[in-house]
Amino acid sequence: MDNLLSLVTFFPLLGAAVMLVFLRGEDEMAVRNAKWIALGVTVATFLASLAILAQFDPENTDFQMVEAHKWIAGMTYKVGVDGISVLFVMLTTLLMPIVIGASWNVDKRVKEYMIAFLVLESLMIGVFVSLDLMLFYVFFEAGLIPMFLIIGIWGGKDRVYASFKFFLYTLFGSVLMLIAMIAMWYDAGTTDIPTLMDHTFSSDAFTILGITIVGGAQTLMFLAFFASFAVKMPMWPVHTWLPDAHVQAPTAGSIILAAILLKMGGYGFLRFSLPMFPVASVHMQDFVFALSVIAIIYTSLVALVQEDMKKLVAYSSIAHMGFVTMGIFTFNKQGLDGAIFQMISHGFISGALFLGVGVIYDRMHTREISAYGGLAVRMPVYALMFMFFTMANVGLPGTSGFVGEFLTLAGAFQANTWVAAGATTGVILSAAYALWLYRRVAFGDLIKQSLQGIKDVSTRERVLFVPLVAGTLVLGIYPGFVLDLIGPSVDALVSNFNEATAGLMDAAPALASH
Amino acid sequence: MIGNDVNVVLPELVLVGAAMAVLMWGVFSKREVGAQALWAISALFIGVGAWIALTGRGTDAAFNNMFINDGFGRFAKITMLWSGAAVLLLSKPYLERAKLMKFEFPVLVALAMVGMMMMVSAGNMIALYMGLELQSLALYVIAAFNRDSLRSSEAGLKYFVLGAISSGLLLYGMSLVYGYTGALGFAEITDVIAAEGLPLGALFGLVFIVTGMAFKVSAAPFHMWTPDVYEGSPTPVTALFATAPKMAAAAMITRILFDAFGGVISDWQQILALLALLSMFVGAVAAIGQTNIKRLMAYSSIGHMGFAIMGLAAGSEAGVQNMLIYMVVYVTTNIGVFAFILNMEKDGRAVTDISALSLYSRVAPGRAFALLILMFSLAGIPPLVGFFAKLYVLQAAFDAGLGWLAIAGVVASVISAFYYLRIIYLMYFGEASEALDGKIPMLHMGLLAASAAAMVFGIINMFGVEGYALSAARALLG
Repeated sequence: MDNLLSLVTFFPLLGAAVMLVFLRGEDEMAVRNAKWIALGVTVATFLASLAILAQFDPENTDFQMVEAHKWIAGMTYKVGVDGISVLFVMLTTLLMPIVIGASWNVDKRVKEYMIAFLVLESLMIGVFVSLDLMLFYVFFEAGLIPMFLIIGIWGGKDRVYASFKFFLYTLFGSVLMLIAMIAMWYDAGTTDIPTLMDHTFSSDAFTILGITIVGGAQTLMFLAFFASFAVKMPMWPVHTWLPDAHVQAPTAGSIILAAILLKMGGYGFLRFSLPMFPVASVHMQDFVFALSVIAIIYTSLVALVQEDMKKLVAYSSIAHMGFVTMGIFTFNKQGLDGAIFQMISHGFISGALFLGVGVIYDRMHTREISAYGGLAVRMPVYALMFMFFTMANVGLPGTSGFVGEFLTLAGAFQANTWVAAGATTGVILSAAYALWLYRRVAFGDLIKQSLQGIKDVSTRERVLFVPLVAGTLVLGIYPGFVLDLIGPSVDALVSNFNEATAGLMDAAPALASH
Repeated sequence: MIGNDVNVVLPELVLVGAAMAVLMWGVFSKREVGAQALWAISALFIGVGAWIALTGRGTDAAFNNMFINDGFGRFAKITMLWSGAAVLLLSKPYLERAKLMKFEFPVLVALAMVGMMMMVSAGNMIALYMGLELQSLALYVIAAFNRDSLRSSEAGLKYFVLGAISSGLLLYGMSLVYGYTGALGFAEITDVIAAEGLPLGALFGLVFIVTGMAFKVSAAPFHMWTPDVYEGSPTPVTALFATAPKMAAAAMITRILFDAFGGVISDWQQILALLALLSMFVGAVAAIGQTNIKRLMAYSSIGHMGFAIMGLAAGSEAGVQNMLIYMVVYVTTNIGVFAFILNMEKDGRAVTDISALSLYSRVAPGRAFALLILMFSLAGIPPLVGFFAKLYVLQAAFDAGLGWLAIAGVVASVISAFYYLRIIYLMYFGEASEALDGKIPMLHMGLLAASAAAMVFGIINMFGVEGYALSAARALLG
């Protein structure tokens, strides 16, 4: 099929439209229909996306399954996938049925809830398949609308504050990117991403207001994109929206946020910053390294003192995203492979951790760590699942978490030993907060009266955990599934990058010294 | 030949004639014919709009270039006529409830419309002024149309005094331009400037003209009248202010700047850039504290006019094209929003406080959803059409070397997103309160839904407005 990508992208939207038009009423029947339609649509989307994977040729480093149509204002509707983006599409379509399943207990405005998630799925897939600058921006930004509503309508008690903070924070980051995109459009005369990747933006230093901009226009554009992706990622010090958003969002919203929306920042670095602004990237390497290491160590320390489980997992997400940015800016194959792998793996692990928190929240309606203890007594299966994902989060060999962290650290070691050394302490800290959390929640005697009657995971919840466990294990034991898929695309990215920055990498230490 | 001249202004003549006829009908009829008059004038607006759309070709000038019928003017006229018709039709239930359904209302709107059509087609300072005054005088009256209401009278008076000052500034500027160039026709002014440059006195005149016009488009720092007039006027009048006259004023300012002063763009570009900058920020920041939805929409209009002026400040064909697209999108959105506001009622009383919208999505999910789309579109969030409208003007500004203005514009748009979000927050996750009544006439629901649907489906091809706006801009500059 020629328009398979468009089909996969817009199928959830179509499902949402059908629900909007045909589902009426708030009775039990309508609620059940809404849930089953949403589940059916997401599963069908996942199956259709398997066809993308089947058609995809990993050896070919060009964009594949490209579709292009003329659009308004001289833009094009152009979609396609390469080795990097196809993975994120798969991650999105795979996680969505789990997200819908995790929402089975929602009791408020179920139809609208399901519509918001289906719309969000379309927009997220759209981000990863866009091959036009403006199309990317449209998908990237439009995701704010359903997420704003998800946090705002179905969130916790401080949901209003969290939703506004989420929306305005990310919007501010993104509009600067919009200006840079207009500048690129003006400079290159096109919004076509593959063409822009070959276009060389000026990197001659110039002076404005007495300040010399090393790397010239590239640096300014890089910074504008950085503002958007760093907020989305999120990187220290612009991460403060994330814990608020996570804590207030419903479980499914947290899963989406951690597992997919955060990955858009990393994907943006890979798709735009490195290929289009290579010179600026080199100049900014130390800056990003510094922020990444601070993020890894600082947010791990912050995670140690959290009393709210979701907040703890949220801070741990920020720390893990620090590994991703560090890996990306090593500019070498291990680092980039590791960063992408880490993003996919974190998608499974953080999704599962939020799901785990959601499972006990559904029972006890609190996320306070101190409200729990000794869960292993009453909930052996749950304790096992939670143990598994805690270990994966720490980076235990055999789980996917290990591969991602190891590769990014290996890449970082080649680029800058100190950075690797700093980041490694983060691994230790992550073990500290994760294991301590687990001890407080699962081990010990079950002394709290309120926990006496707690039930172990239901069949529905087990089914949700199965694909996540499988994904984490399989990728941990045989990382080749991912690495073979992204390998050629990453090789091409690295070689183009080295070509564009030839001679600059050796000069970088000299630049850093002044 | 007078016959040719009359042919060119025939649509305007028809409207004037119809307004007079309705006036006579109203005066001599035994009954109150307000409702019928309103239907007739609305139908006429739609008809004349269609007539212009279908038959208008090329560029004609009449009365010694006093009046120019070109693609640019027609684009503005069609927008004004159709939006005017929509607003008139929306007004009916409100006017009836407020016991204001008098035949003078549609007559005055029709006369204002003729004035607006004159404004956008003027080829001469005097013709322009005449159109402007015809429009303004009619609008002063309908601002104070609810004469028993203190606020409405206050709005009318404020609008009149400030409007008179701005007209004075405009006239003073025109007289300076006339004094230093010896010409009143736009084409002659252009010739004089081309031949001997812009005399210093005429430059002063230009500044006064721009200032006077900034009043009319409610651009900051000449915006002070807008919130009070929006708040005080009867809501249908507010809806009218937010649509057709905005388009007319924006088109008029474009016409005079490009037709008469097109040769000295650099002389007015900075002024417009500053107006745009101030308007965007005043509109964004001042609206945050507003709780009255009409005042909020007033500040929103100031901000949006800032964006439209940004397109003009680009001083290019693309800038004019994008300004026109922006205005069409803005007017379309506003029709939808006001279709909603006109029905904000509780126990038969009009409500304007936004807190009344609390959890409105429970009362009327469909309407709340349509308003949600319109609000996100006004905030300029993709994928809605409002975003593309902003993108167009930002692009034009950037291409014209006004990158700093584009950056300021997006910053202002983030600030303004806050108050649009607040309306959505109230409707969807606010605190429960006494809700508004759940009734809405079919027509209002239809226009609200159509406006929201246009914001969603417009992204496919903008309904071809892009192409029309381009030919309109070409007609003006070409």
